[in-house]
Amino acid sequence: MSKVRVLIGTRKGAFVASSDASRKQWKVEGPHFAGWEVYHLKGSPADPDRLYASQSSGWFGQVMQRSNDGGKTWEAVGNKFTYEGEVGTHAWYDGSPHPYEFKRVWHVEPSPDDPDTVYAGVEDAAIFKTADGGQTWGELPGLRTQKSAPGWAPGAGGLCLHTILIDPSKHDRMFAAISSAGVFRTDDAGKTWRPTNKGLHSNYIPDPDAEVGHCVHRIAMHPSKPNVLFMQKHWDVNRSDDGGESWHEVSGNLPSDFGFVIDVHANEPETIYVIPIQSDSLHYVAEGKLRVYRSRTGGNEWEALTNGLPQKDCYVNVLRDAMAVDALDPCGVYFGTSGGQVYASANAGDRWDPIVRDLPPVVSVEVQTLS
Amino acid sequence: MIQVVLPANLRTLAGVGSVVQLDVTAPITQRSVLDALENNHPALRGTIRDMDTKKRRPMVRFFACEEDWSDASPDAPLPEAVVSGKEPFLIIGAIAGG
Repeated sequence: MSKVRVLIGTRKGAFVASSDASRKQWKVEGPHFAGWEVYHLKGSPADPDRLYASQSSGWFGQVMQRSNDGGKTWEAVGNKFTYEGEVGTHAWYDGSPHPYEFKRVWHVEPSPDDPDTVYAGVEDAAIFKTADGGQTWGELPGLRTQKSAPGWAPGAGGLCLHTILIDPSKHDRMFAAISSAGVFRTDDAGKTWRPTNKGLHSNYIPDPDAEVGHCVHRIAMHPSKPNVLFMQKHWDVNRSDDGGESWHEVSGNLPSDFGFVIDVHANEPETIYVIPIQSDSLHYVAEGKLRVYRSRTGGNEWEALTNGLPQKDCYVNVLRDAMAVDALDPCGVYFGTSGGQVYASANAGDRWDPIVRDLPPVVSVEVQTLS
Repeated sequence: MIQVVLPANLRTLAGVGSVVQLDVTAPITQRSVLDALENNHPALRGTIRDMDTKKRRPMVRFFACEEDWSDASPDAPLPEAVVSGKEPFLIIGAIAGG
């Protein structure tokens, strides 16, 4: 019988929740790495017991952790992230050039077919790769040396590379999203990258239709349709039907089109989920109600999913890496909040129940479907 | 034996108790103590000082015998009380926040 394992990164450690396919009774283990920020942890599709975690601290820097037993035990692996070649500069908040400086790993993306190969998205924005299970990390410098990079400027959360999508049909094609530069695509396994932001419109930058400079919060893809991408931008929900060559807005009837998360139903490529946030200055859910919005039409037409979620006096945020789906039927949807709640729906969002309510602020949620 | 006291977050990372005992080859300095600490507990590499430059991380402090050694030369001899193991070398996460 299938099982699910939910990997939860928080401001003060990591937790692992597990359940059978009914997704009703949960066992929560942790905290792992207590007291440390865990921006992200994720399992290898090729070996689900192989997990990688990014553990960091403003005091003690970056640590990478690996588990070979599904998160029961962990070992620290390599944590040396050195930019390749000339470090170069990006734009600072006052517009002056500022040297790239490694701060932390925001996102780990294990290879679909090799448990020892993992990509890491870091702040200041760059992509790194390990092919030895995390012992050593090397930069794929083609992204950071892309011609627009000296003009990238950090948003409030820093100049972070927060999303990496690998095209399941051809692994040499990947998408990386950087806040606040935009989406970049490689077709040669990370050697060269180009911006893919045409059609995005952002009123908060001098040229709203610029090729680079859009504050992309998250992108998502269904594995069966790798040319279709969905995006939650700083404001606006967008989609692309041509592998990022062009985008158009699908915010439709959302109560606010600001938000962080976006994800795709595991079995219905045109069913997508977002959680509207009131605004960029407020960073809590719209109207005091925690509502997931689902579109069964790939955007534009949205319905509020509220069953089981607080509908008054709720002022939590849901951060960009804090939503995930399992691969069961019906599809399970999961998200974690800044208030420490992790909610699960075992029926594609029709009904929500908390897995756990009182964790430290949740930064990331990933789900593994285990046979 | 040199005694080193680690902050709580580094104890959990290294899987050690509050005091770490180290056999350090003379001269006993910040550098030789930290080299020995990192050799015995590789998970600590990069968490106390930069892996390449060996510079102290900004939010880490070093205390010994009620004195702040954070900005002292890494090659300065540590106090005799630390060398003899009577007093510990303290690695501290700097106070920050409210």
